[in-house]
Amino acid sequence: MNFEDLAKTSGKWLRGSGPESDIVISSRIRLARNLADFPFIARATDSDKAEIESILRERVEGLQGAGKLGIAPTYLDVNQLDEVDRQFLVERQLISREHAESEGARAVVIDQGEQFSVMINEEDHLRIQVMYSGLDLNVAWNQINALDDLIEEKTTFAYNDRFGYLTACPTNVGTGVRISVMLHLPALVITRQIEKVFRSLQKINLAVRGFYGEGSQATGDFYQISNQITLGKSEEEVTKDVSDVVPVLIDYERQARDFLIRESQETLHDRISRAFGILQSAKTISSEETMHLLSSVRMGVNLGLIENVQIPTVNMLFIHTQPAHLQKLTGMELDPSDRNIERASYLRRHLAGDPPAADQN
Amino acid sequence: MKCQKCEKPATFHITDLIDGEPKELHLCEQCAHSFLAPAHDDSSEVMPAMAGLLAQHLAVGETAEELARLDQRACPVCGITFLEFRKQGRLGCPHDYVCFQKELDPLLVNIHGETQHVGKVPKFCSVDAEQRTQLIRLRREMKEAVADEAYERASELRDQIRGIECDQQSED
Repeated sequence: MNFEDLAKTSGKWLRGSGPESDIVISSRIRLARNLADFPFIARATDSDKAEIESILRERVEGLQGAGKLGIAPTYLDVNQLDEVDRQFLVERQLISREHAESEGARAVVIDQGEQFSVMINEEDHLRIQVMYSGLDLNVAWNQINALDDLIEEKTTFAYNDRFGYLTACPTNVGTGVRISVMLHLPALVITRQIEKVFRSLQKINLAVRGFYGEGSQATGDFYQISNQITLGKSEEEVTKDVSDVVPVLIDYERQARDFLIRESQETLHDRISRAFGILQSAKTISSEETMHLLSSVRMGVNLGLIENVQIPTVNMLFIHTQPAHLQKLTGMELDPSDRNIERASYLRRHLAGDPPAADQN
Repeated sequence: MKCQKCEKPATFHITDLIDGEPKELHLCEQCAHSFLAPAHDDSSEVMPAMAGLLAQHLAVGETAEELARLDQRACPVCGITFLEFRKQGRLGCPHDYVCFQKELDPLLVNIHGETQHVGKVPKFCSVDAEQRTQLIRLRREMKEAVADEAYERASELRDQIRGIECDQQSED
């Protein structure tokens, strides 16, 4: 898999074309599975890990029936990749930061369209993930369920009737499922209602995390909502718990945007215009500032206050201005201050304006 | 009773084990919170939550001796001790859910509100998962037998292992 080529496009899940995609960026489902006949990762020896990796590579890469699911699996040995490449995969949300930074035999099998990725030897032996643009949890569940069945056909997973699928950490045991929806909530942040939203979500056992999942900051006003409970509820119930709350959050965000337009349109428009202006002309700019300003620009495009720029472009800019992406796109290693210059240059070029029916590149 | 770290009243009475020696701590809610959460390493949200839950749960009603005994218990399949699990927040192998079931039950209620799995069941191989888990122990014992040059024992173990692996294949 050529990272330089991959760097020039963005995964399907970013195209911004799914349902409710002005506010819902993506829907993601992850399953945790372990082989029954090996210790969990924390207790596995180096040779265990190598064996597990080899068995699972063969199962997942050679998946019979993957074609029927529209998947073309490509294997990547994460242990052999250099740091920039690993960081690149993290930025594209194909592997977790933990997977990039840990040690020992580990891999990921991804599909060209980047709608699915299977991590081998992360916290559990297998972490299967599917990602779709917009709000599409039912489609995502059907896909990942079928994929899980295909892998399980030739593999005995650790499972017992009482505790379900057995995982390294008890917080994942049972269904082993993490259902997440990523939302863009800039108006709730501006109107200072976001804390209230967190507290009510916590009351119904939903977790809120930043753009890159566990332990990440909520930069760019992106928030991932996901279930915390994995035991005692079926996968359908958990999906419903998350999907029931999303329309409520979408509604809050839309109301907050309407409020800003009614009560302080000039201020809002000014904020968006200044953000756009800086991104279009800065000569050097940090990643943090970029995320912050792009968030306003994204909202501006949604509200029709910025023309000549399409949502897929903005979505792509969030990813392409990240450190490893910039280095892949220029084909060079860059230190932080060079990256800031390159980032600004990239933004100027891409915000000069899209033709009306922009294609995904 | 006053908190051992500040002047507020102590509401948390925690039994900690330091180098195998039990130590009683009496802390107020705030100091208990800082004590239970690790000072560094925020790469995993789960670890502090797990360590905190375990420490709290175990602190209630367990005497120092009971805790020390519990910590020494090891899984016969992978060898992990309860203390190791408590410290790292991660289990060692699928069999831990069987041998530490009694201790895990209240922890799971704390996290999930339930202890019985409801939902997807593996379609193809659910019956012999536990048997396959025994392979972990058999393989480990075979390696040890070879290292000790107890070749007859190693050969018995190898036959046992093959038996289980063949059962699996004949079902496919």
